[in-house]
Order: sequence, then structure tokens, then C-alpha cells
Amino acid sequence: MPTSADPAQLGLRESATFDRTTIAAIRNAAATGLYDIRGGGAKRKVPHFDDLLFLGASMSRYPLEGYRERCDTDVVIGARHAAKPIHLKTPVTIAGMSFGSLSAQAKEALGRGASEVGTSTTTGDGGMTEEERGHSKTLVYQYLPSRYGMNPNHLRMADAIEVVLGQGAKPGGGGMLLGQKITERVAEMRTLPVGIDQRSACRHPDWTGPDDLRIKITELREITDWEKPIYIKIGASRPYYDVMLAIKAGADAIVLDGMQGGTAATQDVFIEHVGIPTLAAIPQAVDALQESGAHREVQLIVSGGIRSGADVAKALALGADAVSIGTAALIALGDNDPALEDEYRKLGSSAGYYDDWQAGRDPAGITTQDPQLSRRLDPIAAGRRLANLLRVMTMEAQIIARACGKAHLLNLEPEDLVALTVEAAAMARRPLAGTTWIPGAV
Amino acid sequence: MGTLIDQNPAAGVTVDLAEVSVTELNRALHRAADGSNWVVTRPQGAHAIAAGLDAAVTVTVEGHVGYYCAGMNQLATVVVHGNAGVGLAENMMSGRVHVKGSASQSAGATAHGGILVVDADAAARCGISMKGVDIVVGGNVGHMSAFMAQAGRLVVCGDAGDALGDSIYEARLYVKGRVASLGADCVEKPVREEHLLELAELLAAAGRADNPADFRRYGSARQLYNFHVDNADAY
Repeated sequence: MPTSADPAQLGLRESATFDRTTIAAIRNAAATGLYDIRGGGAKRKVPHFDDLLFLGASMSRYPLEGYRERCDTDVVIGARHAAKPIHLKTPVTIAGMSFGSLSAQAKEALGRGASEVGTSTTTGDGGMTEEERGHSKTLVYQYLPSRYGMNPNHLRMADAIEVVLGQGAKPGGGGMLLGQKITERVAEMRTLPVGIDQRSACRHPDWTGPDDLRIKITELREITDWEKPIYIKIGASRPYYDVMLAIKAGADAIVLDGMQGGTAATQDVFIEHVGIPTLAAIPQAVDALQESGAHREVQLIVSGGIRSGADVAKALALGADAVSIGTAALIALGDNDPALEDEYRKLGSSAGYYDDWQAGRDPAGITTQDPQLSRRLDPIAAGRRLANLLRVMTMEAQIIARACGKAHLLNLEPEDLVALTVEAAAMARRPLAGTTWIPGAV
Repeated sequence: MGTLIDQNPAAGVTVDLAEVSVTELNRALHRAADGSNWVVTRPQGAHAIAAGLDAAVTVTVEGHVGYYCAGMNQLATVVVHGNAGVGLAENMMSGRVHVKGSASQSAGATAHGGILVVDADAAARCGISMKGVDIVVGGNVGHMSAFMAQAGRLVVCGDAGDALGDSIYEARLYVKGRVASLGADCVEKPVREEHLLELAELLAAAGRADNPADFRRYGSARQLYNFHVDNADAY
């Protein structure tokens, strides 16, 4: 009998419908009665920025000289209503991630890295810690349905307020933080018993719908004397209507998070099957901004699968004003480091696959509250790595922008892009490369 | 501050909201000195009146208020001679808010501290996600009151609507009248001497003469604190 390690060499055929991952999931559900909870964003392949290409300058376009001619990167967010808008040196910001889901060291590192390059970082569920306020020059304070740790003093200490309606990984879902991460400090900040599985509500407790939201935003402005920019964060599902309503509700900026955006802990079925890809969401959001005359007045901050300067440039070319990174930032800090392979294996995972961010046993010391594991992360060195990534992403975006003849990243435009696939062409509404065909265009 | 805010050292400061904007009022209140007294007239149901106060001032509102009156209150005393809209004293940290009439839904939502008194009824979701506040309602509360209530005490001198205390954590609930139904993981608990004492204190603080012995106590069965597949029907 043949003993090849590759079953295909034996003439065996794996089912596309019941592949090994699916079989493992069914077996696990049958054995435990539990669905899979994990961190990260959608793992399935969806149309993404990789399916777009820049055209670059040619006979009819005039490129800018790399390293010599200026290509500015600064962005102002929140000047629509706020007396003190935010000034960023790069349009790459750090997405909201909570202390609780992340260690205090990781939050400090995010603040250090972001501040070093002149961009903002963002709190998450559970409130603001001294570590992140102290190390973040520009800090956005998330205002979430749970209001865990919500404190008006922190609201006043923040540089901007982000009203969170949803998250790309789970539009329509609340949050959870499993008991093993509810240490005494986390429990105290959230007014909860130690060790319980903590649920975060999916709806705000004191408003229901866009008309109420308008009044809620007015209250937040009143409390902060109309100084702070107010963002509204939405998970990408119906971005055209959500952005229209957010503009009407008085947002200064809109954060649009696609389904590839990460989460600290969510059901796998939710991550993979609810919400739409970032690429599909941006044009709808930009339509709403342009039709209401608010494009560039109300800033659009896009997140969900931003990994490189190319992704940054593509998001901006499609009409975004800035982007946020979460998963990429954690990787810069040290998440999924191959040097930790032996420890990932002990946890039943592997470097490059580790997504049990909910479990609190992260050997990199990032998605944990375990004091010994957390101490492994040096916030200064990790912050420096994040600053490096942010600089590289910014410079990469500049390289592309100069090639397209743009003296500012925000001058990138849809006309600079073509699509590689029919799906991406339809979603991004750019012509399939080498043609003038935009599927669905009239 | 505009000249329309009438400052009389003896009677305090009177602000006519038919003449002055809520923003002007709130800016003045955010800069007010401890111990100062403010009277707000003709509120006309405006939203966010006296929101974000952070000093030991007293604000008396002569009329009805809209959404989020006394939102996120710290230290201040706010008295409303009328009814209040949605989100009264939401996320209050400390101080005292007293509505002489009724309150709309989500009164005292997520509030961390202080005391909220509603003399008449409070609508649905009173005390939703409360995190340490004390709430005393003279009349009834609507459905889903004390939903996911984490800490603090809710006293209802009338009846409670459906699903009282659904998914409750460590808040303590006292109801004098009928409870339409209890929410998931909320159960009736025995009233012991310590509960009669704290109830008496809360009723006295609210200026009420109800007998603590007439109340029943409700709280968390703590069966849903950690997920277990055998509890799937309860979620």
C-alpha cells in the first residue's frame, strides 16, 4: 500500500464543500457544543485592495520626482463643528482597541508608536488608562454601548470622541471579553465581578436611531463645550445609508470598518458571514458624502485590512481622508512572531495562524492580562517598531502618489485606479484593467 | 455669558431659555463656582440642559426638559419641576438629580454614582446598565428596567414592567408593587435586616415615607456569569 504523505498522490480528492477546516469545525461543535470564538477579522478571501492597480503617470500625466518634490501627508480631522480639530502628520491612524483585550504594555506601545509619527491612537471598551493617555499625543476616546469605564473627565481629556455604532468584524454585534481576561484591574474599570464572561451591549442604552443620535451628539458637544471632533464609527453593512444618516446626525468624521477589520473576541460565524468587504464599502460611503456635499468636510476614515502604503493610497484614491490600522499594528508590536513558534505550538496554533486573542494566553504579551506574559512586551521597543511601520506605510503611499503626479496624498483620485478582477471593478467602480468596462455602470 | 443671564446675588442666577441658548447656559454652568444657585426658566423641553456639570452647584429648572438633562452629572444638584425626556442623568457620576414629574426611557442609564429621584413614573429601561447609581422612582417603571444593571440600587415604589433586571449583574432592586415579569437570571431574594436598613436610607434620601417592609428584593441568580452550553435556552 502506498505511504505518501500527500493524500492527493493516492488519488484521494478533498471535498471543496467539506474541506478539512470545515470538517474540523463540525467535529469540534459536535464534541463540545460550543461555537468558535476568536480574534482577528474575516479570513475568507474577498475582493480587496490587492485587486486594484494604480495607472501611474504617462504622456498625459506629469509625475513628481521621488525624494525631491514634495508630497504632503498631513490631514485635519473634525473642523466641521469642533473648535479644536485634530491635526495629523500622516493619514494612517491607530484603530480603537481596548485595555482589557490588550495588555497595558500593548496600549502604551500603540501610544508611543503613534505619537512618534504624529498620528492618533484610540481607546476601546472599558475606558481610558493612564498608560494610553500618558503616551498618546492625540487620543480618540471611544463612546460605546456598554459605557464600561465611561467617565466625563476622560471625555474632556480626550482629543476627539468616537461614537461607536458598529465594527466591521461584527456589524450588529456587541462585544465580549472572556473571564480569563477579567482581572481585578479590568473588572474594577468596568464595574464587574472578577472572572465573569463580560458582554458588551450591541445597542446604546439611551438612544435608538438617527434622530436620537443627533441629540446624543449635541449632548456630547455641550458637555465638552463644542471643542472636540466627534466621529461616528460604523461597521460596513449599508454604508450609503449609514453615512448619510451620520452626516445628518452631525458627525465631524466617519470611521468605516470593513469585514476584514479585526476584533478581540467574536464568534467565527459572525466574523465570516456578516458585513461587507472594505473595498465594497468605500464607494458607497463616498457617494453619500458627495451627494450631501460633505465630502472632505466630513472626513472618512477607512479601516479593515489595511496592511501597506499601497492599501493606504488605494483607500485615499477611492475617497477616504485617512485610514486606521489595528491588526497590522499588533503585528508590528510582535503578534504572531515566528520566534515564538514553539509557544504557539503548545497552544495548538502556529505563528501566522494565532488568533486566540480572546483566550488571554498570548505568548507575545499583547492580547493578554496575564502579568507575566504582559511583561514580555517592551513598550518602548514595540512602539518603535510600530513607528517604523507607520513611516514605511506613509512613505509607500507617497511613492505611489508621486508616481501619479500628486503633491498631496489626498490628491489621489479614483481616476488613478483600475481593477484586476470583474468583482473588484464592480465594487470599486473602476474599469477592468485594459478596458473601459465598469460592471453595472450605466 | 450674555447679558440675558440675570445675576442676582441673593436669589442666584436666573437664565431664561427663551432668550438664552442651552449652549450659553451650559458654558456658564461649566464655569460656575461651588455653592452657586441657578434657576432656569422657560426650558421648553430643550435637550442637554445642565449636561456635563462638574461643580457643587444647584440648578432648578422651572418646566419640562428634553433628552439628556443633567447628563454625566458630577457633584451638582439638578431639580426639574416638570417632566424629563430620554436619558435623564445618563452616566451620572455623583450629585443629585430630582425630577418632580415623570421621566422618559433610559433614566439613569449607565450612571456610576449619585442619586436620581423621579417622583412620578419612569418609562422603559430605567437604570439600564447602571454602574453604581441609586435610583428611587415614586411610581412605576417600564419594561427592561435595570437591564444588565451592574451595580447600585433601584427602588420602585410602584410596579415594574416586563423583564425586570434582565441579565443583571450585581445591582440590587427593590419593588413595592407588582413585577410583570423577571428577565433572564433575575430572581427574587430574601429581604434581610441590612436590606431594610439600606432601603430606609434610600427612601429617606428621596424624601419618601414608604415602609421598607412593603418592598420585595430582586437580584442576580449569577447563573449566566460564565457561558455554559446547558444554559443556551436562557441567552
